[in-house]
Amino acid sequence: MQVSRSLRTILLIELFVPILLLTIGIYHGLMQVIYRSGVIQRTSVAGLDYYQGLTLHGVINAIVLTTFFAVAFGHATMFFYTKREPNRTATFLSMLLMVAGTGLAAAAILAGKASVLYTFYPPLKAHPAFYIGTAMLIIGSWIPYLDWIGMYLRWKKENPNESTPVAVIGTLVNFTIWFVCTLAVAYEVLVMLVPWSLGWVQEINIMLARTLFWFFGHALVYFWLLPSYIMFYTMLPKLAGGKLYSGNAGRIAFFIFLILSIPIGVHHQFGDPSIGRGVKITQSILTFGVAIPSFITAFTIAASLEYAARLRGAKGLWSWIWKLPFFRKDVFLFGYLINGLILFIFGGLTGLVNASYSLNNVVHNTSFIPGHFHLTVGGPVFLAILGMSIYMLSQLSGKRIFAPVLNTIVPYLWTVGVLIFSAGLMYGGLIGEPRRTNMGLTYLNPSSEQFNPYWVVSSMLGLAGGGIMFTAGLLYFISFFGTCLRRRSAEPVIDLPVSETLHEERRVPLLDSFRPWLAIMGLIIFLTYAPAISDALNNTNRKAPPYKPTDPVPVVRK
Amino acid sequence: MLDRYERNVIITALTVSALFIFSIFYALGAKRQDVTECLPYNKTYETARVEQIDGRTYQIFYVARMWNFEPAISYIPVGSEVDLFVTSLDVVHGFNVFDKNVNLMAVPGGVSKTTVKFTEPGVYKIVCHEFCGTGHQNMEAEIIVNYPRK
Repeated sequence: MQVSRSLRTILLIELFVPILLLTIGIYHGLMQVIYRSGVIQRTSVAGLDYYQGLTLHGVINAIVLTTFFAVAFGHATMFFYTKREPNRTATFLSMLLMVAGTGLAAAAILAGKASVLYTFYPPLKAHPAFYIGTAMLIIGSWIPYLDWIGMYLRWKKENPNESTPVAVIGTLVNFTIWFVCTLAVAYEVLVMLVPWSLGWVQEINIMLARTLFWFFGHALVYFWLLPSYIMFYTMLPKLAGGKLYSGNAGRIAFFIFLILSIPIGVHHQFGDPSIGRGVKITQSILTFGVAIPSFITAFTIAASLEYAARLRGAKGLWSWIWKLPFFRKDVFLFGYLINGLILFIFGGLTGLVNASYSLNNVVHNTSFIPGHFHLTVGGPVFLAILGMSIYMLSQLSGKRIFAPVLNTIVPYLWTVGVLIFSAGLMYGGLIGEPRRTNMGLTYLNPSSEQFNPYWVVSSMLGLAGGGIMFTAGLLYFISFFGTCLRRRSAEPVIDLPVSETLHEERRVPLLDSFRPWLAIMGLIIFLTYAPAISDALNNTNRKAPPYKPTDPVPVVRK
Repeated sequence: MLDRYERNVIITALTVSALFIFSIFYALGAKRQDVTECLPYNKTYETARVEQIDGRTYQIFYVARMWNFEPAISYIPVGSEVDLFVTSLDVVHGFNVFDKNVNLMAVPGGVSKTTVKFTEPGVYKIVCHEFCGTGHQNMEAEIIVNYPRK
């Protein structure tokens, strides 16, 4: 499909900026495993401190890359399926806010004034530019959402009897979750943290800030994940050469995500004081509810792939798997998506471990947690983003992909790396290895009296896997930036693979309407979060002044 | 109607989820595995101390600050049941007792409480597992079980 010059430019910027920053993010990923395993026993390397690097790694990889990609991919999807371009001014304004906000936050982190990690838990205080920059990035991502709602309503008016495409439902569900959950973090940042970091307000309620953060923090992971789910449903069966087993299964999955993504955030706070056990166990159980759409997806996609393989002449109960187009350069996207799905089997199961209430006592804040989330956000999310970014780059710029063989093997290499890395971290977590800790200085420094030999093997596995992941990242950069430098050889277009459904599907009104689902979503959020927020307000009576990460004495206003 | 395979998968998914949820309640009831209690905060939690309630019961009140725990070392006889209370006087800290499945957050303005029984002698290391500033990796404490009586 032809695309206008202005939209094309904006989309290319939104794809290029985060991948460029990702070079810094991935460099610091490698540095983390080197520090942690005790190979270097220093506070900083090349002028960048461990915790500053960890902040860059988290903010760039988990917030900047994912948000930019979700917006760019959302534009492409909405444009492709509704056959209408998004509003030019809104698209431009959104891109501008996101780029400026990212620049502001990155400057604060690089200047060493915001080493507070991507969760920025107060009372650790960052420079106000960090908070304002992050808020601008988020608000920038709201603008297209409002625009897409208009596009969807117009499309609906013109096609009253047609089922809304799964990709459109997925995109709108995703940004509805994003919009609602970011309201809480916007309140935390703009009303609580910014005045406090500027010194206008002396003290704030830390438990309230944490509760608001996790209202956002877990829904955030579904915001990362749903673009991959859209690709699994609408593209993967086509790429494999088959059809989607059930489109309505996809719609059900997305609507369950809509109602259950937010009211489960307290499962990150099982170890927190001031929140009642009743709230905690309720949200723990609801988390199992949000595993259901992933079960549905696993079945539907596996069935679609088996169908595709049988069309290619496969036989046997399991051997059909080998008929899938694993190493084909022309459908390289298949490799990115299938590897993501394989990693997500382990990512999903370890996520259930984390969410299992008292079982969480074993793993909370140990390296089990990064072990888990590199199998999710570092698995299906990251691979889908990489694959789709280079796919869209090639289409929008009209350039052929540079070094297509490298591009095809990247997801396989990455998957091997992540599996080793996560196995190491999760093993370490089970024997108490803490996350977010420069262990090279103490626990893994043989000359320190705090040396702990238990964690040597686990952190070495982390190092080995991390090294492989870094190599895969480098190969990807060669392919991505190499493509940027090529000459244009075709007309710029957006053409997404479209999977037809296997069975004839009638339009189910309940699965083609947002209203009832939005009402349920609001009700469940109110029932689960009203007591959590009331607990945080009522059981906390000591507020906290700001602290710099370097100084045990609070920052006092001059 | 629903496809036969789809129906079977939905039933399987629901059964597996129900099994998981049952396990949570089983651990809660039969194994007394629970998360931190929710206590209203007051000033007495800001004083670090070890208190002996009776021959077999102790209470340790931990206070976390950048970058140490108080009491840094506590001595407890084998077989004691210990209530642990943890709060913080500055930023958010973590509190993980090695080998004991005790995993709490130390948050200013709140107090986390759990109960743990020490049946084996040994040195139980406590590490801070929440980033709390540049000295985070130094932050440790110990519970020594079965220290000979003085």
